[in-house]
Amino acid sequence: MTQLSMAQALNAALRDSLKDDDRVLVFGEDVGPLGGVFRVTDGITADFGEERCFDTPLAESGIVGFAVGMAMGGFRPVVEMQFDAFAYPAFEQITSHVAKLRNRTRGALSLPMVIRIPYAGGIGGVEHHCDSSEAYYTHTPGLRVVTPGTPQDAYDLLRDSIESPDPVIFLEPKCRYWSKESVSFTRDNAPMDRAVVRREGKDVTLIAYGPMVATALESAEAATAEGWDVEVVDLRSLNPFDDETVTASVRRTGRAVVVHEAAGFGGYGAEVVARITEQCFHQLHAPVLRVTGLDIPYPPPKLERHQLPDVDRILDTIARLQWNDEPAVAGA
Amino acid sequence: MSRETSAAALLPSTVPVRFLAEDGSRVDEHDGYDQPPADRLVEAYRLMVLGRRFDVQATALTKQGRLAVYPSSAGQEACQVASALALTDADWLFPTYRDSVALVARGLDPGEILTLLRGDAHCGYDPALTRVAPQCTPLATQTLHAAGLAHAMRRRGEEAVAFALIGDGATSEGDFHEALNFAAVFKAPVVFFVQNNGFAISVPFEKQSAAPALAYKGVGYGVRSEQVDGNDALAVLSVLDSAVAHARSGLGPVLVEAHTYRIDAHTNADDATRYRDQAEVEKWRAADPVRRLETYLTNENLVSEKDIERFRAEAETFAAGVRDTLNADVEPDPLSLFEHVYAEPTRHLVAQRAQVAAELETLEA
Repeated sequence: MTQLSMAQALNAALRDSLKDDDRVLVFGEDVGPLGGVFRVTDGITADFGEERCFDTPLAESGIVGFAVGMAMGGFRPVVEMQFDAFAYPAFEQITSHVAKLRNRTRGALSLPMVIRIPYAGGIGGVEHHCDSSEAYYTHTPGLRVVTPGTPQDAYDLLRDSIESPDPVIFLEPKCRYWSKESVSFTRDNAPMDRAVVRREGKDVTLIAYGPMVATALESAEAATAEGWDVEVVDLRSLNPFDDETVTASVRRTGRAVVVHEAAGFGGYGAEVVARITEQCFHQLHAPVLRVTGLDIPYPPPKLERHQLPDVDRILDTIARLQWNDEPAVAGA
Repeated sequence: MSRETSAAALLPSTVPVRFLAEDGSRVDEHDGYDQPPADRLVEAYRLMVLGRRFDVQATALTKQGRLAVYPSSAGQEACQVASALALTDADWLFPTYRDSVALVARGLDPGEILTLLRGDAHCGYDPALTRVAPQCTPLATQTLHAAGLAHAMRRRGEEAVAFALIGDGATSEGDFHEALNFAAVFKAPVVFFVQNNGFAISVPFEKQSAAPALAYKGVGYGVRSEQVDGNDALAVLSVLDSAVAHARSGLGPVLVEAHTYRIDAHTNADDATRYRDQAEVEKWRAADPVRRLETYLTNENLVSEKDIERFRAEAETFAAGVRDTLNADVEPDPLSLFEHVYAEPTRHLVAQRAQVAAELETLEA
């Protein structure tokens, strides 16, 4: 066990994957000698050589399309998109080919590749550096979408993703790159398609992923002062979705809140709410509510704090879960 | 070498490479290229006859409703056939939806080639077995795959080449630009073969690009380039042989532009009379690649009348086989929709499959 930041845990996962499997390659913009703008690939070129970890021209569609060809040729590319919004040029390659090639060829060709994307906000970044784009990818059949909320999961989920026979969109919460915890390398974590209960509680299920896992846990702590015992579920896998873990929790607590940074309208949380409502309707004591980003383009740094779900907004939402049978005020 | 000379070395011939004039007589516009040996030319001719007959048959089957759509490559037979002949079994071909004749020449089963166009499945053949990528619809996206696969094969020590087919319209897409750049930076063994057939559906070449020729796009990436008379089978075969050899020897990618013409409309659903004159089409019919090669081979006594008759008869048999295959009704299984979305169906897909299975049982009941 070692104290690692999330960025260091990702670095360790890349190194161990490169050691274990000759077919694994790491490439993208600035991942080589620089070690990546977030240092996730720090030292990898120096230790593994340019054959295993290398820089590419500045072209996201090119990076992903080239990776498709390399995966067709027997390699396991782990490519980096430098920031969430900069992945959009690759969107056609991702939706038309990465997601579809296995299906199109009836399994004759498959793409065991990982596309790592730093996402979400909370770092005071200027425009285009803080998007939460998960809904676009989860809505695309054929892609696995996975997002760690902790350094331990960063290590385990990235190793699992690299070993997966399916293409994986690996969303890294950039505001958590520097958060630290003890990380073990024994790989005895939950499977990559399962959610995990991070904190047990009996009054309400708080469902979060990626950057909001830590915020949800902070909220659960603060909630004890209000007399609420909050259970926190970390989804980890956005697609596939772990219905069993989530519904088991909500059937026990009878109340649920979904938290995500992305804009609420048409967001990932809507899918979660729909699934919970369909599967747990008769056990619910209140509608399932969401705490999300506003339905606006991501704000400039000085106004970012109004966009991001925080402990106060989460507690205010928990308060609206009809504890005394009064009707809930519909979400803002 | 100075930058000037190294740039100059990448430029295409100023006049498209040509061995045969439109009337089949020999011309001398092929500096630096060797005439392919006679047996290859006869094989090219045989496949062009076969390919044309196949194309006519597929067009007819579309009119009869047996195919949902058929993008014809009539008039482009020299390009189609040379693309296949220039490759070995170890090489990979990356076709578009208009390259069925190239796939026939490559030896794929015609029923499997037409599966996509019939609407049964997204790809009828096994790419891993045939080393032919699925027929690509989103334009130019396959050029990146070809570059990546070429690089992968070189890294693995395979002496194989990737060969990407692309149209004039598609060279305007960003992925074409990115693919040439990646291929050149990584020195990938890939040949980008642009069939400039004059149109992107209705948009004529003059509206597509202001370049003196698409072949001049190569030098900007550091890619060796060539332009060729796309209706001259000798020239296309010679230039492609040279391009493939260049790539295979590790010298990097090559861009070849063939000037040809799309004799038919974009597909059966298109009305070409809305955007071009019949006079122009007739002008290009006079430059027909099959007749041009036939004239040359006949004049040189490389094919006899009997040979020609035999090739045509074989093509008829082939076309009859295509008719029989396409006339057989195939009902794809709806439950197969849930396979191959992922390596293993997810829990969610297993549940959805059960729903659809129940629906189907109700229909049958």
